[in-house]
Amino acid sequence: MKVFNKGNLLSISGLILFYIIFQILLSTGILDTYIELNIILICINIILAVGLNLITGFTGQFSLGHAAFMSIGAYTSAIITAKLGQPFFVGIILSGIISALAGIIIGIPTLRLRGDYLAIATLGFGEIVKIIALNIDYIGGAIGFNDIPQYTNWTWAFGMTVLAVVLIKNFLNSYQGRACIAIREDEIAAEAMGINTTYYKVLAFAIGAFFAGIAGSLYANYFYFIKPDSFDFMKSIDILVIVVFGGLGSITGSIIGAIVLSVISLLLQSVSDLRMIIYALILFGIMLFRPTGLMGNQEFKIFKKGVNANDSAKG
Amino acid sequence: MEQVIQQLINGISLGSIYALMALGYTMVYGIINLINFAHGDIYMIGAYIGFALTTFLNLGFFPSLIISMAVTSLLGVVIEKIAYKPLRKSARITALITAISISLLLEYTMMYFAGPQARTFPKVLKSKSISFLKGNVIMDIKNIYILMITLILMIALQCIVKKTKMGKAMRATSFDSEAAELMGINVDKVISFTFAIGSALAGAAGVLVGIYYNTINPLMGSLPGLKAFVAAVLGGIGTIPGAVLGGFSLGMIETIVSANGGSIYKDAVAFLILIIVLLLKPNGLLGKSIKEKV
Repeated sequence: MKVFNKGNLLSISGLILFYIIFQILLSTGILDTYIELNIILICINIILAVGLNLITGFTGQFSLGHAAFMSIGAYTSAIITAKLGQPFFVGIILSGIISALAGIIIGIPTLRLRGDYLAIATLGFGEIVKIIALNIDYIGGAIGFNDIPQYTNWTWAFGMTVLAVVLIKNFLNSYQGRACIAIREDEIAAEAMGINTTYYKVLAFAIGAFFAGIAGSLYANYFYFIKPDSFDFMKSIDILVIVVFGGLGSITGSIIGAIVLSVISLLLQSVSDLRMIIYALILFGIMLFRPTGLMGNQEFKIFKKGVNANDSAKG
Repeated sequence: MEQVIQQLINGISLGSIYALMALGYTMVYGIINLINFAHGDIYMIGAYIGFALTTFLNLGFFPSLIISMAVTSLLGVVIEKIAYKPLRKSARITALITAISISLLLEYTMMYFAGPQARTFPKVLKSKSISFLKGNVIMDIKNIYILMITLILMIALQCIVKKTKMGKAMRATSFDSEAAELMGINVDKVISFTFAIGSALAGAAGVLVGIYYNTINPLMGSLPGLKAFVAAVLGGIGTIPGAVLGGFSLGMIETIVSANGGSIYKDAVAFLILIIVLLLKPNGLLGKSIKEKV
């Protein structure tokens, strides 16, 4: 398998071009700070959605507590950058690692549960994290954590998004990734084939939590201020909605889902009274008329031929 | 000692409300395997209907309770027909997201029309407290009403499920819906009936919580809804006695934790107990374990 084949080179140059165009547009002020804020929010949502898609869409483990990992990452990064004065990349890496550790700790016992029981256990975990954060005075408690230095910019957000997407995409093409997909398809059959299901479920959970932590870190260091209520059950649902809307088991679906839903909620800002009602109706309509989400479990391909050649090279 | 009895009384009242809601969750889950996230909002609507009837029409407590139950059961059936029926064959997660969208729709539609502010529920029951044990234990007439109504509704439910033909059809459908259909049971009708009963119980719980706490707001359903689901899982989802046991235990646990100075942690304790119970007994306290077949 060649790393620098035609398809990969095309994608890399496309990404660099995309980055430079936005960097120029943002630094010259053609796109104002309000749009920058929304672009960074989209990046954070993509990271969260891709991570949750690995857990729910590819490994088939139904998690309703993804925002808890984001919360852990956000608070870790806030403590490291604001209280301890460390540089941002220390904060971002440690947020990821601590969230992943939390994922492992909560994953080992709960991933024995199946389906809705796992969902409700992770939901409980999310609420517990929120309530603990509400009651620790060191991190501000219910008032929230103030004065976090603003380090997140387009470069960090874009870099982390690309990192998350590429890592998870490559993970899914690896031996471990195929084991995860096998668990989704049929857990008992996978186990019979000699796959250590608990190990791979926890692995997928830890990777998803790692990126949720990074997303939390980006969030905390962009908005100066975080509070436990920002990472409640509804936030987990928001992430899940992006994943299902885009299509379970489709990385590009998650990216498109994050962008489309962010744009929809941006457009609905003008009718703030009816915003949630319209949002609920759109969600309902999508589920009714396209239950598999926008992309199903297909990937979106522009360079069909190139990518296919790429796939066969990998296979 | 007095303290313990007092907490017991408060715990039973709170537990009754959780138990009534948990019954709706458990019946719907038992029949179509759906976590009906909109259930908590049906409870909210029940509370608002009770509020409107008692405040604007000056109806008494019992007429309001019955009308509220009737309207919410109709609402439950309509939601099932419009939202869940077309998705019965699709993936569980799709149905779940639909349930969440219905929940958001109900919450924010109510907020749009009734306003986001909390409303004060009128005092329809004459406040009469009975104190005993040298006045150390106070029991309000509200507590007795809540417990009695809950018990009556539960006995009625038990009769419906165990004695009537519809109840038999419900049990058959929850056991194996395909086989039930082959035996000539109209599964659609059974599901609608289940939603009607579950929603009526949630509506009753809404009115009861209105007279208990005297305040209602459009988002009041989301956290109690989750906790009632926790109660249903705690007792073993799909089993009716389990929902009752789970509801009362959750109410007790919350009251005990609050009474011992941990009121800020009471939700965390409820969820922690849920996780522990699930780890030790994955099917809940009274749930039957199901063997997996390949």
